[in-house]
Amino acid sequence: MIVYLVRRLGQSLLAIVAMAVLVFAGVYAIGNPVDVLINPEATQAEIVATTERLGLDKPLYQQFGIFLKNALQGDLGTSFVYGRPAVEIILERLPATMELAVCALFLSVMIGIPLGVWAGLRPDSIAGRTIMGGSILGFSLPNFWQGMLLILIFAVLLGWLPAGGRGETTEFLGMQVSFLTWDGLSHLILPAINLALFKMSLIIRLARANTREVCLQDYVKFARAKGLSSRRVVMVHILKNIMIPVVTIIGLELGSMVAFAIVTETVFAWPGMGKLLIDSINLLDRPVIVAYLMLTVLIIVTINLVVDVIYSLLDPRIRLSEMKG
Amino acid sequence: MKALNLPVMAGLFAAGMTPAMAQELTIGLKSEATSMDPHFHQLSTNIQVGKNIFEALTTQDAVQKVTPGLAESWEAIDDTTWRFNLRKGVKFHDGSDFTARDVIYSFCRVPLVENSPSAYTIFTGGFADVVAEDDHTVLITTKDTNPLLPVELWSLAIISADALGAEDEVTFAPDGECTGMGDVPQAPAFNSPEISVGTGPYILESYTRGSELTLTRFDDYWDGTPEWERVVMRPITSDGPRVAALLAGDVDLIESPPIQDIPRIEDGGFHVVDALSNRVIYLHMQQLEDVPAIEGTDGENPLLDPRVREAISLSINREAIAERIMGGYAQPAGELLPPPMFGTSGRDVDPYDPERAKELLAEAGYPDGFSITLGTPNDRYINDEQVAQAVAQMMARIGIQTTVDASTASQFFSRRNALEFPIYMAGWGASSGDMSSPLKSLVATYDAETGTGTTNAGRYSNPEMDALLADAMSTIDDATRDQMLQDAETMVLDDYGIIPLHYEQTVWAMKSELSYEPRVDQYTMALEVKKTE
Repeated sequence: MIVYLVRRLGQSLLAIVAMAVLVFAGVYAIGNPVDVLINPEATQAEIVATTERLGLDKPLYQQFGIFLKNALQGDLGTSFVYGRPAVEIILERLPATMELAVCALFLSVMIGIPLGVWAGLRPDSIAGRTIMGGSILGFSLPNFWQGMLLILIFAVLLGWLPAGGRGETTEFLGMQVSFLTWDGLSHLILPAINLALFKMSLIIRLARANTREVCLQDYVKFARAKGLSSRRVVMVHILKNIMIPVVTIIGLELGSMVAFAIVTETVFAWPGMGKLLIDSINLLDRPVIVAYLMLTVLIIVTINLVVDVIYSLLDPRIRLSEMKG
Repeated sequence: MKALNLPVMAGLFAAGMTPAMAQELTIGLKSEATSMDPHFHQLSTNIQVGKNIFEALTTQDAVQKVTPGLAESWEAIDDTTWRFNLRKGVKFHDGSDFTARDVIYSFCRVPLVENSPSAYTIFTGGFADVVAEDDHTVLITTKDTNPLLPVELWSLAIISADALGAEDEVTFAPDGECTGMGDVPQAPAFNSPEISVGTGPYILESYTRGSELTLTRFDDYWDGTPEWERVVMRPITSDGPRVAALLAGDVDLIESPPIQDIPRIEDGGFHVVDALSNRVIYLHMQQLEDVPAIEGTDGENPLLDPRVREAISLSINREAIAERIMGGYAQPAGELLPPPMFGTSGRDVDPYDPERAKELLAEAGYPDGFSITLGTPNDRYINDEQVAQAVAQMMARIGIQTTVDASTASQFFSRRNALEFPIYMAGWGASSGDMSSPLKSLVATYDAETGTGTTNAGRYSNPEMDALLADAMSTIDDATRDQMLQDAETMVLDDYGIIPLHYEQTVWAMKSELSYEPRVDQYTMALEVKKTE
C-alpha cells in the first residue's frame, strides 16, 4: 500500500510541475500586460518603470525561475491589477464558487438519480423516453445558451428570480454564503440549475444504464421472486448497486465543477473564481491567471489522488494490477 | 423535495410583491473597479466609481469643460505658478473640515502608492512645489509650463489627511519626499469606510470585490442633497447578462448595452440616452521604409506616399459604417475629437469618392493596387471587427486587397506596439477633453525620451507639427492655445497622417422614470441620475 501511495504521489507531483511549465509558457505568450494596464497617455519612462517593477523586463526563464522559487515558498505572485497576493484574491472568491458547485451537485444528484432509475426501470414508457430525450438536450446544448435561456424565461419574462449577481450573503462557518437568506437563495437557484444541467444529464444516463444492467442480475430476479415489494427491490437492491459508479463520478465532477464553473459564473455575473479568471485574462493579470490554473491543477490532482486511494482501499485488485503495470 | 418547494414558492411570491424602493438606485456597470483607492490605478472604471466618493479641485461637466470643484476659482500668476482658492465650509464624510492641508497631503500621497498598475504620478510628476498661503489658498508651482494643470487636477482625488493619519504639518517636496505624512495607508485599506473618506456626494458603505459596491447619501454635501439614499453598483461584465439584468428589473440603469439590443430595450418600455463620446476610431498607417505584411509593391512601402493615404481615406464610406454597422450610434469623424471640444476646427469629414481614390492610387504608381493586412481588436470598441471588415471591403474596391487580422484587445495592443501591422484600426478617448491629448500621443513623433508619440505605432512624424504642438503646450492663454492646436491638427489631417473614421456614441439604458445626462467621457455618475416627474 505504501509503495502504491508513494508512486501515486510521485505521479501527481510530476503532473503539477509539468502543468506549471505549460501554464507559465502559455500565459507568457499572450501579450504584454503593460500594454493593457497602463494609461495610454503615460510616457515611455513610466512604461519602462512599470515593466521593471512587474519584473517583465527579464527573460522568460528568469521569470519562471523566480516564480518557481516563490511558489515553493507558497507565494504564487502578486496581482498586477490589484497589487495584492494572487492566492489571497482567488481564495476570497472560493466560497462563492464552492457554494455554487455544491448546490449544483446536490441538485444534479437529487434529481438525476431518481429520474435515471425511473428511466432505467421503464425504458420504453413515455416518461422514460422523455427523460432520456431531455438528458440529451442537457448534454448537447451549450452551457451559456442554457443559462441565457433560463435568464430569459425566469428573470426577464416571468420575473420570478433575479438575473444575476449573488444577492445578500450571511456569515456561515466563517464564510460568506447565500443560501441562508431568501434573497441569497433566489440568486443561487438559476446559476445552480445552469451548472447542474450537464452533470444531471450525465448522472441520469449513468443511473439508467446501471439500473438496466442491475435489473437483469440474478439477485434482483431472486429478490423479486421472493415476493419483495418493488419499492424495496428498487431502494435496497438496485439503488445500492448503482451507487458505486455514481459516487465515483460525483467525486471527480465536483473538482471539475469548482474549477470550471467559468461559463455559468460569467453568464450570471456570479462573483466566483471563474469570473475572476475571465476578468484577469482580459486584463492580462498574469500572476492571477497562473495562480488560478495552478490551484485548479492542485485541486483536480488531489481529488484524483484521493479517489484512487479510496478505490484501492475498497478494491485491492486495482492496487495489484497497478503494481504489476 | 416537498420541504424544499414550500419556501421556494413563498419566496417567489414575496419577490413579486416587493415594492420598488424609491430611494435606492442600482447601477449595472460594464467593468469593475480594481480598487477603492483613488490614487491606485488610473483606469476609467476606478475613476468613475471614485468620483462618487472623492472630489478634486476642479471638475469637468458633461462635455468636459473644466468647472470649479473643491477650488472655487483659480488663476495663473505666471507661466509656472497657479493660485487655487479653495471652497470654504466643505466637510469630509467624517465631519472634519476640508483645508489646504488635505490638498497637500493628497498630492504627496500619489508617489507613495505601492504596486500601482498605472500611477497618477503622470500628473503630480510635474509639480515643483505646493504651498498653502492660508487654510483656503493653495499655490502650485510646476517644473515646466503646463496649461492643462486645471484639467489634470480633476484626476487627483482629494482625500482626508486626518482619516489617513497625517501629522499636523504636511509639507510638499517633489517625488515622494514630503514630510509629515505619517504612516500612509495603502490601497487595500480603502475598502474600509474609515479610510475612504472624501468630500463627495456619497459615502462608501461596503465594497465586496466582484459582487457589489454600496454607497449611502452624504447629508452634509456642500452642493445640495444627493438624490438617492443608497446607491448599489454591480459590475456585470458580459453584455447579455447586463441587458438581462435591466430587463428583469434587477438594476435600474446600465452602461453600454450592445447596439443590437437597443430596439428590444426600448420596446420593453425602457429609456435610452446616448451622446457623442470623446473617443474617435481611427486608422493609423506605418511610416517606416521597411514594413511587414504588404505585398505587390516590390518591397516598397506605399503608405509613405500621402496620395495613397488620401486614397484610403476617400475609399471609406463613413456614413454607411455609422448607419449600418453602428446602427446610427456613431458619427462620421473629420477630426480627432468631436467639435466643439477644445482645439477642434470644425473640419469637414472626408468625402466618399472611390473614383478619385483610384486616380490617386494610379498617380502614386499603384494602378493595380497592392495587398495589405489591417489589424484590429475584436472586443475593445463598439462592433470593432465588423467595422474593420467593412473598411477592408471598401479598400478592396479601389484595388487595395485587405485582409483583416482581428485579435482580442490584450493581444492586439501588444502586437500593435511591436509594430506588427502596416495599417491598424484603434480608438482614442481624450480623457482631458483637449486636442493636445490625441496629437501628443497618436501623431507626435515617437520619442521614448520625451514621452511623446507613445501610441504612435504608425510612427508618423512631422517636425513642423511637433514644434507647433510644443509651443501650444507652453502657452497658458486658452484662446491662443486653441488656435495653435487647431493649426497643428490641420497639418496632420492635410497630410493624411492619421485617418479618423467615426466618433463612438455612448449609450445608457434605464427605467422609464429615470433620466441621465449623457457624458462625453463615458462616466456613469450616480449623482447625475435623476428621477423624472
